[in-house]
Amino acid sequence: MKQQAVIKAEMVSKAYQIGQIGTGTVTRDIDRFVRTRLLKQEDPFLKIGETNDRSVKGASNMVWSLRDINFEIAQGDAVGIIGKNGAGKSTLLKLLSRVTGPTTGEIKVKGRIASLLEVGTGFHPELTGRENIFLNGAILGMRKREIAAKLDEIIDFSGVERYIDTPVKRYSSGMYVRLAFAVAAHLESEILIVDEVLAVGDAEFQKKCLGKMGDISKGEGRTVLFVSHNMAAVQNLCHTGIFLQHGLITKSGPVASVVDFYLDQELSAFDTSFVNVATTKLPTYIKSFEFTSDIRTGSPLSFEVEIISDKVRDTEFAVGIRMNDTSPIFQIYSGHVGKEFRINSGTTRITGSIPKLPVMSGNYSVSLWLGHSGIQLDFHKSAFSILVKEGAIVTGGPISTRNGFPVITESNWSVQ
Amino acid sequence: MDPKPKEEHWDLVIKGHSSLFDLKFADVWRYRDLMVMFVKRDFISFYKQTILGPLWFFIQPIFTTLVFTFVFGSVAGISSDGVPKPLFYLCGITAWQYFADCLNKTSTVFRDNARIFGKVYFPRLIMPLSIVMSNLIKFAVQITLLLIFMVYFYFQGYDFGFTYALLIFPFLIVIMALLGLGIGLIITAMTTKYRDLAFLVGFGVQLLMYGTTVIYPLSAVREKYPEYVWIFELNPMTPIIETYRYAFLGSGSYSVSGLLYACTFTAVVLLAGIIIFNRTEKNFVDTI
Repeated sequence: MKQQAVIKAEMVSKAYQIGQIGTGTVTRDIDRFVRTRLLKQEDPFLKIGETNDRSVKGASNMVWSLRDINFEIAQGDAVGIIGKNGAGKSTLLKLLSRVTGPTTGEIKVKGRIASLLEVGTGFHPELTGRENIFLNGAILGMRKREIAAKLDEIIDFSGVERYIDTPVKRYSSGMYVRLAFAVAAHLESEILIVDEVLAVGDAEFQKKCLGKMGDISKGEGRTVLFVSHNMAAVQNLCHTGIFLQHGLITKSGPVASVVDFYLDQELSAFDTSFVNVATTKLPTYIKSFEFTSDIRTGSPLSFEVEIISDKVRDTEFAVGIRMNDTSPIFQIYSGHVGKEFRINSGTTRITGSIPKLPVMSGNYSVSLWLGHSGIQLDFHKSAFSILVKEGAIVTGGPISTRNGFPVITESNWSVQ
Repeated sequence: MDPKPKEEHWDLVIKGHSSLFDLKFADVWRYRDLMVMFVKRDFISFYKQTILGPLWFFIQPIFTTLVFTFVFGSVAGISSDGVPKPLFYLCGITAWQYFADCLNKTSTVFRDNARIFGKVYFPRLIMPLSIVMSNLIKFAVQITLLLIFMVYFYFQGYDFGFTYALLIFPFLIVIMALLGLGIGLIITAMTTKYRDLAFLVGFGVQLLMYGTTVIYPLSAVREKYPEYVWIFELNPMTPIIETYRYAFLGSGSYSVSGLLYACTFTAVVLLAGIIIFNRTEKNFVDTI
């Protein structure tokens, strides 16, 4: 049976004024006020049909951050909202959490909304952890007795019991975030809206947060809206996806298909090559780098690098595949296979390859390193980003999709 | 399961414009705990890491009274209506300070809280209301100071001649608070886009004190400038301060018409303030 809709957005738009506000615009403001409020005309400064594309200069200084958005969210659903920076995700959340109002259209809601656009909103540094739990809880819409009833649970979840009567200004940033999330996670609302707040805190705590959010949506039947750039988290947590692009809903539906669609779209944003455009060059440096093969899970990967040097040197070269936050995953390093290159002064071209790319589909950051005997000559920590396409680790095997673990390996199995 | 709900019920409809007179008091009531929390926060954070703690509430009026007694009382020789000078000034200062604090703090509420307002929704009116309440605590502490002074002067032989006027003291506080709140709400709503007014408030409130009968009695104006006294009577704070002083010290020009005027003025300003404030709160995050 189809679940009842708890959020229904109808023709919701939000326009922002860009550039300077409030200088030399008094007459214009009055003009606008008279036309829109008194004469009920359309806003003359909102040009119809202009989309929110930052890279293109528009004709007016109003810009649509969201444009005629329609959607329905069913009760108990976990919805992931994805899209590039500036696609309107945060604006949508702001509208839903009533921080700002829509320019046109309306959103109808059933039940209480608790929104978490930031952890620790309203924490006061001078107050103790306990006092801040009450303050923060009240800001998020909880009644005092609700908080009191959950106090032990909140303190327990936060794991800062020992410091609970210390002013939060003495907390480490990690403790601060833990406490703040703990309060938010225990909100008693029918709808929970979470912006990318999980980017803070250590891995263990992130996991705990995601787990808690999973409980909220799956176990307690509450509706969760979640914005993230972390596709793995979105896929893990959500059943439905909404993909926003330039303020419009490009695709919505089951989360897997939306995420796939998003990654395909994003492909254009990823490179397969790197060119060093630095103005000050090192004596020996990487001029360019390129993947010369398809970048696909389980497929051979080959690449070519151009090195420019002022003199003859022995060198080693490494390509690092990293997570988007540049935390390392694995490295293709010539030193590991005992290889050194004698490069001449001028340009030298080196090629390399691996038989099977051992990472799951998704986007990764690539680092390039050039050195000798462990001494660095040139290094680009996040040279460019790549998108690894879905593939099978063994020829003809099943297509592997990212399931949380980034690295994949061949394996042998037998029943004894 | 009912097969087809005819008219769907929605708890909340978020849209761009709401009715002018939707004052959202129900919402404010629902968040009353938050207001208490804010008051508590303001109070606790005021004296945290100080040695004298809440005693600081006393120090400011005492010093101001001393200075005023010296400057206006002794050097300038302004009349105090037969009331002992320190008592006269302290009485005026505490009341005025309450009004001025309500007005000043409320008038920057959007700017001061832009960050928190930009991240989470609660009825914005909670914030100015909590300011009024926090200042009320401070005011109450200062009233005890006034009472201490009064006891001292009573034993010095000053006769206060208490009347039934003391009974309207709570009412005076409410009027002062609401007036400060109302003006503050209007100003804060208008400063979200144009900051100019904020500068005016800073020294305007200070100047207004001299336009109100804080450091001189209205009777002195009546004596010296009878033709200009209407200007002072137009100031809604004048009847309030005068009545306040009459209630406590038994001197002052107490008139029902003056009080009625102050009430009407306050009611109009407050209503306008809340309406403007509520209209601004919806989108101010985009412009501040």
